[in-house]
Amino acid sequence: MQSNALNISINDVTKTYGDFFALKDVSLEVKSGEFLTLLGPSGSGKTTLLMVLAGFTRPDYGSVKFGNEEVVTKPPHLRDIGMVFQNYALFPHMNVEQNIGYPQKLRGKSKSEVKESVAEALSIVKLDGLGHRGVGELSGGQKQRVALARAIVFKPQILLMDEPLSALDKKLREEMQIELRQLHDSLTMTTVYVTHDQKEALTMSDRIAVINDGELKQLGSPNEIYTNPKNAFIADFIGESSLLPAKVISNKTYLGASEIMINHPSKDDGDYLLVIRPEKLFLANGKEKDTNLFSGIVEGSIFQGESQLLVIKLDPGSFGEQSLRMRLPNGSNIGQKVPISGEKISVGLRKSDSFLVE
Amino acid sequence: MALIDEHVNEAVLKNLDRKENFTLFGLTVPYLFLIFFLIIIPVGWLFYMSFIGRDGSYSFENYERMVTSKSYIRIFLTTFKISFLTTLICALLGYPLTYFMSQLSRKWAGICMIGVLIPFWTSLLVRTYAWLVLLQRKGLINNIAIDLGFISEPIKFVHNTSGTLIGMAHIMLPFLILPLYANMRAIDKDCLKAAANLGATPTRAFWTVFFPLSIPGLLAGLLIVFVICLGFYVTPAVLGGGKIIMAAMKISSNIELYFSWGAASALGVVLLVVTMLILYIASKLVSIDQIGGNK
Repeated sequence: MQSNALNISINDVTKTYGDFFALKDVSLEVKSGEFLTLLGPSGSGKTTLLMVLAGFTRPDYGSVKFGNEEVVTKPPHLRDIGMVFQNYALFPHMNVEQNIGYPQKLRGKSKSEVKESVAEALSIVKLDGLGHRGVGELSGGQKQRVALARAIVFKPQILLMDEPLSALDKKLREEMQIELRQLHDSLTMTTVYVTHDQKEALTMSDRIAVINDGELKQLGSPNEIYTNPKNAFIADFIGESSLLPAKVISNKTYLGASEIMINHPSKDDGDYLLVIRPEKLFLANGKEKDTNLFSGIVEGSIFQGESQLLVIKLDPGSFGEQSLRMRLPNGSNIGQKVPISGEKISVGLRKSDSFLVE
Repeated sequence: MALIDEHVNEAVLKNLDRKENFTLFGLTVPYLFLIFFLIIIPVGWLFYMSFIGRDGSYSFENYERMVTSKSYIRIFLTTFKISFLTTLICALLGYPLTYFMSQLSRKWAGICMIGVLIPFWTSLLVRTYAWLVLLQRKGLINNIAIDLGFISEPIKFVHNTSGTLIGMAHIMLPFLILPLYANMRAIDKDCLKAAANLGATPTRAFWTVFFPLSIPGLLAGLLIVFVICLGFYVTPAVLGGGKIIMAAMKISSNIELYFSWGAASALGVVLLVVTMLILYIASKLVSIDQIGGNK
């Protein structure tokens, strides 16, 4: 993406609390104009990293650069970056207009300039005409928009967001995800977004940085991370998956007693996990090429609206005692009977969708 | 059997609601009795007696005296002056201390709070006399200062306004700190972070965000201190050395020396009315809930 916004270079950033490593030698480059998401479970260190960028947490050591400028010692009020807080942190004693105008006033703008920029920001977040409302009179979604308007009104080159949608209900959240992404694209900004919601990360990001135990576990586009997770944690955390224990013995991969095909060069001998995405499985007729076939008994068949979830207990003689999940889209399987509980079925997984993680 | 006019169980459920409300109301009955016999009736009696003159007939003389007699006017002025100054001192000492406490971790703030509360739980009389021991002519502070050569003559700390103010401010400080602390704790720390992120220096963030948000707690504290000060008796009596005469002391002397219940009642009524008036004005500024320290 072409953009003049500042890039962010994070190098070797480490933060400890006693013996606990909140961040461990994290190095990460956020490209100019990029929408990068820090994704991880709670306590993973993602918020700590964001706080280091904002200047609220001082790391033990490490470097943070905005463009070419080292900012790690710079106090928060001199960093000139926008931030949207998890619970919005709107000033309750100011109305919407005063909240949004606050950073402009601090920047010594004239009254008319403040007014103009506030009106512009309000229209960007689609709250025209609500300037005189008190903060307490707003709905959750409106507060979120005010917080956003306040963070972008001074046209910062970097925008940080700390789980800004987590307090909204699901429907509104999904709308806002698209809207936030469009907003990012229309403004010249580098955005760092923190969330624990993998779906949100997949929806919004140019790249995702998966963080766990204070470490950067994987960095890549949503597609890369989804289709090629580096380890079992990421495979499990991002998207749905069944992880089945597999063994590699002299270049051959076994699931229980059966040999299976995998999509990458064989790994060293040892124990691995086969990652199976439920939506990649299909009902097999035995004629498919380059496909691993799993036979078993349907243990559960659950209607979930857009799809049918099947829990399949694999044939223990061939694959060992384990079960996997399969998702059949509803509506596109016309002509196919939806398997019911207790039915014996055979499902296929293409070689290209089969891979092992440690 | 199906009922035609009534929904199923409607009457029974309504009855249950009524029963629960009645039980809840029952809990307030002992308190209402107390209020009635110990507050409403005595205050009514007070009110009545304030209109009884020396000769036992109805008259306004008790109130007239308050407007015409110089000594009464002076007593009211003293009462307000001492209350106002005590409140001011409490605010100047209490606000920074409470701010400091609100920024500590809960554990350390708890320890500081114990420091605030221990004197609060000690008898008022004990603390008043303790100040007398410390501050009097041959008291601890004067002796040490003279021994160290800071001063040659003892400073007159007590039996005047300064002694009264020191004692009263010490006693009243917790009343300011408690509601203010509750208020400051409830201020969203992210608001201050947001202010900093948006470009405010720490000082600017304090004055534009923290201070305005702490005003309800501060007003609540100031109000409690001021209103309690209006009725102070022991501390000005002991530390003022007879030179500081506040309304409560005049009430007592009216009864004990002059047996003039009418004059005492009139003073009491005026104090009560003034207090109510202040509370009314304050309730226009802050909601009553906040005076209890709630957000």
